[in-house]
Amino acid sequence: MFTYIVRRVLWLVPVMLLVSLVTFILMKNTPGGPWDRDLTARQVDATTQAMLNKFYGLDKPLWRQYVAYVVGDFDSDGKLVCGLLCGNLGPSYRMRGLSIQEILFNPPEGKPLWDSRFGFSARLGLLALGMAIFVGIPVGVIAALKQNSLVDYLSLFITTVGISIPNFVMAIFLIIIFASWLHLVTVITNDWSEFRSWILPALVLGFTTTAYTARLTRSAMLEVIRQDYVRTARAKGLEERAVITRHMLKNALIPVVTILGPALAGLVVGSFIIETMFGFPGIGRAYVTSIFQRDYSMIMGTTLVYALMVAVANLSVDVIYVFLDPRIRLTE
Amino acid sequence: MTVISTARQRAQKELLLPARPRHSLTAEAWYRLIRNRAAVFGMIIVAFFLFMAAFAHVLAPENPLQLNSGKGFLPPPWAGEINDIRGDPQFFFGTDTLGRDVASRIIYGARVSMVVGFVPTGIILLVGTIVGMLAGYYGGRIDSLLMRLTDVIYAFPDLLFFIIVMVALRDTFLGKLLNGLFLLFFALAIVNWVGVARVMRGQVLSLKQKEFVEAARCIGAKDSRIMFRHILPNTLGPLIVMGAFSVPAVIIAEAILGYLGLGLRPATDPNAFFITSWGSLLLEGQTAIHAQPFMLLAPALCVAVVVLGFNFLGDGLRDAFDPRLSGTQ
Repeated sequence: MFTYIVRRVLWLVPVMLLVSLVTFILMKNTPGGPWDRDLTARQVDATTQAMLNKFYGLDKPLWRQYVAYVVGDFDSDGKLVCGLLCGNLGPSYRMRGLSIQEILFNPPEGKPLWDSRFGFSARLGLLALGMAIFVGIPVGVIAALKQNSLVDYLSLFITTVGISIPNFVMAIFLIIIFASWLHLVTVITNDWSEFRSWILPALVLGFTTTAYTARLTRSAMLEVIRQDYVRTARAKGLEERAVITRHMLKNALIPVVTILGPALAGLVVGSFIIETMFGFPGIGRAYVTSIFQRDYSMIMGTTLVYALMVAVANLSVDVIYVFLDPRIRLTE
Repeated sequence: MTVISTARQRAQKELLLPARPRHSLTAEAWYRLIRNRAAVFGMIIVAFFLFMAAFAHVLAPENPLQLNSGKGFLPPPWAGEINDIRGDPQFFFGTDTLGRDVASRIIYGARVSMVVGFVPTGIILLVGTIVGMLAGYYGGRIDSLLMRLTDVIYAFPDLLFFIIVMVALRDTFLGKLLNGLFLLFFALAIVNWVGVARVMRGQVLSLKQKEFVEAARCIGAKDSRIMFRHILPNTLGPLIVMGAFSVPAVIIAEAILGYLGLGLRPATDPNAFFITSWGSLLLEGQTAIHAQPFMLLAPALCVAVVVLGFNFLGDGLRDAFDPRLSGTQ
């Protein structure tokens, strides 16, 4: 077990390197550069561009730039600045003087840690995940206990629709209905300290996962309900609540727990379109903006952060699975 | 000699006859499928949109590129007065900024969405099947290479990858082919074949242990024949189901890319086959959320309904090909 985990974690290193290499190659093939401005704005003149390129090392050959990014490079004083291997994601080309990891993980001056861009995205993802757990699982359990009743059919219908409607389409519907027609929330708010602003993005982001969790819980419960040990538990006179929570749920939740890891990764990654739509100050929007601004190091940094989160989520699932269900052996 | 062998073959055939099921597996799956109400509903939706895509030039009431000056932002005629403007019965979903008919543009948009849904899915299935088959059948180095590759591609957040590819190659020769459709196919297919290959590999791994493969090998069938005549037909079920779920996923990806302004290039030639896509329409509609919400609502509804239809169909297909799975998930 321990060697398995170690091997999987070590395997992450080449995977991340390859992800960074692919991103690097694609980025460098993108027309335009970080010093381009809108046609209407004041342009950066050629000599300044050359100086900037020299300062950021963009005038060096490509392989040299990549090595500098991953391993590190000597700065103008001849001191070694460590690269990606030490967790340094490089300087931002748009926000001078700040490194990517500072932009992503450091909160604004005097604010708590969760007010950083990463903190915002993480809070949104956790809200959505909380919705999946605290709404999805109970709905699935109730639907299974009252199989073929009106409640069951209703929840099946809603969850099927919930799985099918892509979250950004859902966002469009909700924005038009609640913001544009009913004026219950502001279309694009600037005030994220208010809880009201969080409702729509979290709802939209969490809906698919909630629906999926509910359906999975329902089918897992239906399988468990007919097991012999449930009948035994009832026969020995256990009260219904104890049968449900201690005997049924405990076994039915195994498949549910295993999807929550990838679900969280999906919520974090899937959030960038939602963040863009709602003007949410998280990593996702930073990614989309950086793409259009050709902020190379920001594109690279956010892609790597995302890739790492997805990989860790997948890994954690495989590990959790073994603890939950001892029948499974890790062979590879 | 030949006479004897054909006679023997005939005898064998007759011997085997009663043991065979009355219908083929596919026919039975089809029978189960059309008895599934949700699946039939999904099929009708899909057929409706396919019809819309194929006959867009006949069905569209207006020319989707026709500008009507002074008639911009008209609401739908049935919606009553919105912002003190009354709709024109000529335009069912109203008009956009430039006075173009929204309904006609959506009908033409179905064309792109359907093609974008089916073509990359075809590529994904083809490439995934071949690679998965080779990896599962021969094992060894191809197999471990495939598994390592899937690890990398699984770690790459796919939408982020689509975005980078679209931005990077948009202005190259590749990105200009077919108004950018070619690049879209390429970007959507290059990641997703891996999932198919993985499932296919698993299927082949278990199937190649079966007696019928051994029997085929005993009578001297070549590897290629075993792979494509004996193993492939047995994996058809999962392949079709994966295809049915891949189409909506790709349609959603296209809509997101279009929404970010990275999809199809806007066509200027009125005779072009692909005029606009639902993704691009969403992008246009987003700018007029108060003035003409139906520019946004109508294509969004189309995406939702199409995806719903494909998901119903996919669920039905899965149950039809593997009745044991019925009702799970």
